[in-house]
Amino acid sequence: MKFIDEYQNSELAKKLAQRITGHSVRSIRLMEFCGGHTHAIMRYGIRQLLPETIEMKSGPGCPVCVTAIGDLDKAIALAHSPGVIITTFGDMMRVPGSYSSLQQAKAEGANIRVVYSTMDALEIATASPNKSVIFIGIGFETTAPTIAASIVKAEKERIGNFYVLSFLKLTPPVMKALLGLGEIKLDGIIGPGHVCVITGSHPYGFIPEKYGVAYVISGFEPLDILLSVDKLVQQIETGSPKVEIAYRRGVKPEGNRKALELMQQVFEIDGADWRGIGIVPQSGLKINKEYQHFDANNAFSGLLRSARNDKPAKEPKGCRCGDVVRGAATPLECKLFGKACTPEKPIGPCMVSSEGACAAYYQYGASYE
Amino acid sequence: MNDTILLAHGSGGKLSHDLVERKFLPLLANPLLDKLDDSAIFEANGRLAFTTDSYVVNPIFFPGGDIGRLAVCGTVNDLSMNGAKPLYLSLSVIIEEGLLMADLEHIVRSIKAAADEAQVNIITGDTKIVNRGQADKLFITTSGIGIIPAGIDISGANAKAGDRVILSGTIGDHGIAIMSQREGLRFETLLESDCAPLNKLVAQIVEACPNTHCLRDPTRGGLATTLNEFAKQSNVGIAGEEDKIPVKKEVKAACELLGFDPIYVANEGKLVAIVEPGDANKVLAQMKQNCYGRDAAIIGEITNDHTGRVIMKTKLGPSRIIDMLSGELLPRIC
Amino acid sequence: MCLAVPVKVVSIEGDEAETEIGGVRRRVSVALTPEVKAGDYVLLHTGYAIGVVDEVEAKETLKLFEEIINLSEVH
Repeated sequence: MKFIDEYQNSELAKKLAQRITGHSVRSIRLMEFCGGHTHAIMRYGIRQLLPETIEMKSGPGCPVCVTAIGDLDKAIALAHSPGVIITTFGDMMRVPGSYSSLQQAKAEGANIRVVYSTMDALEIATASPNKSVIFIGIGFETTAPTIAASIVKAEKERIGNFYVLSFLKLTPPVMKALLGLGEIKLDGIIGPGHVCVITGSHPYGFIPEKYGVAYVISGFEPLDILLSVDKLVQQIETGSPKVEIAYRRGVKPEGNRKALELMQQVFEIDGADWRGIGIVPQSGLKINKEYQHFDANNAFSGLLRSARNDKPAKEPKGCRCGDVVRGAATPLECKLFGKACTPEKPIGPCMVSSEGACAAYYQYGASYE
Repeated sequence: MNDTILLAHGSGGKLSHDLVERKFLPLLANPLLDKLDDSAIFEANGRLAFTTDSYVVNPIFFPGGDIGRLAVCGTVNDLSMNGAKPLYLSLSVIIEEGLLMADLEHIVRSIKAAADEAQVNIITGDTKIVNRGQADKLFITTSGIGIIPAGIDISGANAKAGDRVILSGTIGDHGIAIMSQREGLRFETLLESDCAPLNKLVAQIVEACPNTHCLRDPTRGGLATTLNEFAKQSNVGIAGEEDKIPVKKEVKAACELLGFDPIYVANEGKLVAIVEPGDANKVLAQMKQNCYGRDAAIIGEITNDHTGRVIMKTKLGPSRIIDMLSGELLPRIC
Repeated sequence: MCLAVPVKVVSIEGDEAETEIGGVRRRVSVALTPEVKAGDYVLLHTGYAIGVVDEVEAKETLKLFEEIINLSEVH
């Protein structure tokens, strides 16, 4: 497969790893922000190729893992409402909410359909005009424009029974919050390549400028990740942190203008509740006034209010997903990991999502190291 | 006859008899079935193997097969994996009212074709009809009886350190073929399910190597789950090499699109054989002579290290632990 | 967030395109990449093309790998 296979060459990978080992003198800590990077790093055993001077931490870039438990409860409450069809990405199905999960709700009779795309949700809405089709909008800037495009299309085609429950989040504010918290000292960040296809590299200037942290935007194949680590090491060793694009075949400095325009057309920036971090100002996307008739928060406000009152959100006891997501703990440091919390019976989202650090550690066996 | 199945077809009266006599018997005919007694009676000498399975696949028709073919192959294969020669199958069908008669006929023909290929007879059966909404078009249960030749002892607990692990062909074909028919996934491929009866392949393997230690078909949960089952049952470790596992390019592509790992995707016409190192090449050569083993490859070996765990060397060199599948394979966006 | 796959655009009709990867075909939305042409590769995320793959840059990156390897072999 073109643009995939060439970046999986094992000979090149070994040589790149050797080069990194040759350059890496100081002990440094890097964070891979994005869950997709955590997954790839584990899947290819990249940590085993890197020298001991480099410590890798997983970050909060997994939209499933950072969806607040109260938000998930909202989705589940709506699922039980008669006349509602919930459409969702597969990632959310098994995440435990305070009392239930979408998967459990489905087993109890709720009409929930896993979709791959908002296009499918629109088709379901068109095919079932008597139902309210609500799309659970999780994701970052990679997914936000696709949801914006679906709302614009629904408006154009007058699909009046399509709604979005937006849990969309923005990456620069949460990176700022994390760096500001200063819980762990980071020397460099592996930047989310596909988010940056949309946003470009400009929004991340504050990372080296204000915090002195190196920032390299990376693709997802093993050679991409190794190249990015190499560039990060160089920046750090020479004391010259900056924003650099390693994923040049995908990311332009200015990003995807059309996608950014669509986001501006449909959304406005609002605060968002990040699991494990709390409310981060200006870090979420809310459907704006012009498209508010697509906002499930408006259309179902009564239901959502009473659900919140009847069943307030509560975090599972002992779960350290919040700490893991901030990089403040590794999955191995959570007492529940591998015992009470396993992929079969997950307690927190980090174990459910295949991007979640806990699932990645469990599946690919960090404990094996 | 009507062109859809009605509840009345299940009531035991004339319509029921008509259904059996017009739709099932003529196609599946054999002396034991034709008697239509409450039980089929036969003699068998030797160690018997007995298995049962239910089939609820959706969609019931998919590229490369249908629920009928699946129901025969699945049970034939379960018998074969213990080294048994499959003899007889029972066929129990639960039909949702409203199923098109033409669809039922098509499925019965598939059952016949698969049974003929596997050289087994269906000697007893049952049909029930349920209200609309109580079954998803059609559920099938098949039970099977086979005879294990003397001296054959094939079991998941027999793997020993040093043994080689041989996979009969490409993985993920069935699961991806099914996914391509599911609503909402919108991809088109010429890929077909690999659904096939493997009893002849097994007979060839066992003839070449009567001392075959283990056989299993990696169905739901994929290759990863089967390897883990072996590791736990035999209390050994399995060291595999990802690079050696054959995967069709369409399966790789579909897995990229959906975020799946092919080692977790279901197969319905593949097997894993575990044999002593001295027998490996001989068995491999035999497998390649069978159309269902043409892409066979040695993918790993059994070890006394990391007992109960499966470790796979990745494309890049380092190894990773392969666990069983947890939950369902759901397409992901992350 | 992160799963985006490079697929080849075979044909375009309005704001949708027929794409192909490894013999598998998929209909996708190109609402976010109006500049795309048949023959381009796009990054596909949840049914939408989110960007056109820059083939020149891709070649440059591979050349960069070669250079890095050659450099390290010299030392």
